[in-house]
Amino acid sequence: MQTTPPTFPRLLLAHAQQQPDAPAVREKDLGIWQSWRWADVAREVREFACGLASLGFKAGDNLGIVGANRPHLYMAVIAAQSLRGVPVPLYQDAVAGEMVFMLDDASVEFVIAEDQEQVDKLLECRELQKDQRTAIRHIVYDDPRGLRHYDQPGLLGYEELCELGRAWDSAHPGFFDRSVAAGQASDVAVILYTSGTTGRPKGVCQTHASFIAAGRGGVETDRLGPGDNIMSYLPMAWVGDHLFSVAQWLVGGFTLNCPESAETVMNDMREIGPSYYFGPPRTFEGLLTAVSIRMEDAAAPKRWLYAKFMALARRVGADILNGAPVGAVDRLLYALGDLVIYGPLRNVLGMSRIRVAYTAGAAIGPDLFRFYRSIGVNLKQFYGQTETCAYVCLQRDGKVKLQTVGSAAPGIELKIADDGEVLVRGVSVLQGYYKRPDATAEVLDADGYFHTGDAGVLDAEGHLRIIDRAKDVGRMHGGAMFAPNYIENKLKFFPQIKEAVCFGDARDEVCAFVNIDYEAVGNWAERRGLGYGGYVDLAGKPEVLTLVAECIAKVNADLASEDGMGDTQIARFMVLHKELDPDDDELTRTRKVRRGFIAGKYAVLIDALYDGKGEQFIETQVKFEDGRTGVVSATLKIVEARRFPPMKAAA
Amino acid sequence: MSNRKVGDVILDVKNISLSFGGVKALTDISFDVREHEVRAIIGPNGAGKSSMLNCINGVYQPQQGEITFRGQHFKHMNSRQVAEMGVARTFQNLALFKGMSVLDNIMTGRNLKMKCGLLAQALHWGPAEREEIAQREFVERIIDFLEIQLHRKTPVGRLPYGLQKRVDLGRALAMEPQVLLLDEPMAGMNVEEKQDMSRFILDVNDEFGTTIVLIEHDMGVVMDISDRVVVLDYGKKIGDGTPHEVRNNEDVIRAYLGTEH
Repeated sequence: MQTTPPTFPRLLLAHAQQQPDAPAVREKDLGIWQSWRWADVAREVREFACGLASLGFKAGDNLGIVGANRPHLYMAVIAAQSLRGVPVPLYQDAVAGEMVFMLDDASVEFVIAEDQEQVDKLLECRELQKDQRTAIRHIVYDDPRGLRHYDQPGLLGYEELCELGRAWDSAHPGFFDRSVAAGQASDVAVILYTSGTTGRPKGVCQTHASFIAAGRGGVETDRLGPGDNIMSYLPMAWVGDHLFSVAQWLVGGFTLNCPESAETVMNDMREIGPSYYFGPPRTFEGLLTAVSIRMEDAAAPKRWLYAKFMALARRVGADILNGAPVGAVDRLLYALGDLVIYGPLRNVLGMSRIRVAYTAGAAIGPDLFRFYRSIGVNLKQFYGQTETCAYVCLQRDGKVKLQTVGSAAPGIELKIADDGEVLVRGVSVLQGYYKRPDATAEVLDADGYFHTGDAGVLDAEGHLRIIDRAKDVGRMHGGAMFAPNYIENKLKFFPQIKEAVCFGDARDEVCAFVNIDYEAVGNWAERRGLGYGGYVDLAGKPEVLTLVAECIAKVNADLASEDGMGDTQIARFMVLHKELDPDDDELTRTRKVRRGFIAGKYAVLIDALYDGKGEQFIETQVKFEDGRTGVVSATLKIVEARRFPPMKAAA
Repeated sequence: MSNRKVGDVILDVKNISLSFGGVKALTDISFDVREHEVRAIIGPNGAGKSSMLNCINGVYQPQQGEITFRGQHFKHMNSRQVAEMGVARTFQNLALFKGMSVLDNIMTGRNLKMKCGLLAQALHWGPAEREEIAQREFVERIIDFLEIQLHRKTPVGRLPYGLQKRVDLGRALAMEPQVLLLDEPMAGMNVEEKQDMSRFILDVNDEFGTTIVLIEHDMGVVMDISDRVVVLDYGKKIGDGTPHEVRNNEDVIRAYLGTEH
């Protein structure tokens, strides 16, 4: 393998030289896919960079990038880096009040915005910054629609900026090349803001060296290169998009495809037929639901055929993909299925040409994961965070285990701390938080390990299994590690269970609150002719309690078979009389359980669970959507769950 | 919105009276429309709003009065001639081809701009092909403008009502009209759809400089987006002026809220 150039702008120039006519970026515009060749991208980046220079942008300045996945915005990333400046992609759906924090924090004076909506927001930000030392000075916009009559100072269209750039370039010959040549691998390549679910957002500084190493690791593992196509549709400010659509793009030299609009992604994907795809679990889930619904409406013979072949796929599909031995008859049948069912199905999903698909960001349900793998979509998981360029672990072809996120990626060292926290050292670890040495010191220790905040375990083959957030992990009296989210996620994979909260830290046994899914369980009740009068009534039905008990028994059986989890089987549970609700402060706005608050609010119930009572009366205040409050009361039954003897050897 | 330049009178309606047998639909209506403005015609149900629009559009021939468009009088002109002069319209009860795709529906709006004959178009040969490519590009701009890319190939009948209205607007826009007549563009829509439609109307007015005459009985929407408003009641004009003036007009208040209040 030849040596990789040390910075992103130099990678771009290398592609422009080696494969000038290959398509680098495509975007669907006016119903037609428009392409930029690598040579075009290099030329536009040069113009854009020189244009920025003519406005006074210099090395060390930060360039804000606000908008959806547009080719020009990706070019802006490299343009800023060409001047040894730093691109700062921001979430385009943030409101002005949130955005201004990051603009101030990174002292952003230059911004490129997608369209009128974003320009309006930035002008609002500038209004908020009136009394500050630094404020936005220049806003470059990509789409001029609706902006023709704006006369605010500092507004400039993309085309005008390139015009300025061409003039500047001919007036300062060699400036651009010198500037690119001066760039160092150790320069900060990008600042990505953490989402700020815990405290205010922090800017993560990543160097060219880190991101190029992360990009190369992925590209080599999955053998990506010219000819591969990827859909870019996730927010540019998210580390995953930066890894796939910038780092791997420039390292691998494949083609980036930008959708026509956020709504048309699925249509556009069918047209492009990407060979490489990333989606969060909920995207895959949404696709499967859409297919299932259409299948239910299909004619009976089709449904029969679908059911038959999907059963076959479940049995042997994943093994065939993994390269495991499968009998000749099954192979033949699977090939037939591929012709009549799996192939057309992949086509509908826009996955006909997928070689590699990744998911990450949340736990993915086992059935969902198996479904895609069984129909021949090579769906894999990876693990990482903003601080590690989203590059810590990845699943290798042929070594995909559902429970784990794969083994350490090339150039990465993993260690599990005594309290279960996952520690990472290696190529992709952040340089530091922007202007926050205090925060950096909290997460980077003296040995160079980054503390992820996630609790995990390594199995015998070195595959990492993430079980929970480290701060949520507790210990039971018996000494076993108690990971509430891990158990709750297992429960929530059942469609009948909407929400679950487990308790067990510093206790002898694990007990759980369960919320039923009103729609799923309601349907189930209707099908069996079980009458009910609303949520509270349904949740208290003995039949429903039995249903939930069966789910919990399955989870317990699962836990018993896992190493070190056998002691955290659920002993007793209670089906709550009301849905946990963000309006009542029981969940966060992103629907994460607020454990401490719930433990306080329902202390009576928890005591009842551990006191061995048979039932408990509770009265709860609830807030309605219009702001009024009311009271719900019920007597809740406590149910013993079936437990299994732990099987130590099974792992 | 202040950057639009409202120009001279483009459309002048003088003393129009229209009756169907003994029913007087319009009685002696006069008003004018200036270039680049958003002009609304409002009134309770049955006030004669749609009849007025149909007179301007050439669908009805008024018994009395005359309409001047860019200095040209027209009294006996059919709707095709009006369309060729640059007046397009949308319909209260959508007039789209339900079984055809969004794209094809909007393409029909380009029909007037097509020069090739039926045979050449059918054979899709030489100049006809080039022409269609050029027209298609224009239609794609409209699709982009109205943000209906997702539905480009969807049969119109399968779209929700609010989107069908948007397609209807797209079809009218495809004619590159100087004056756009909108017949209750927001009827039957929910609040969000109304906001979207208002934005599109203002964008059309702003971006293409199209003069807009719209009929609406939702007062709130009209007051927000119009420059001037004509109020009709029982076929008579009872008010004319800026939204503010109209809102404070005694007769208008009476027509909308009843005599006793």
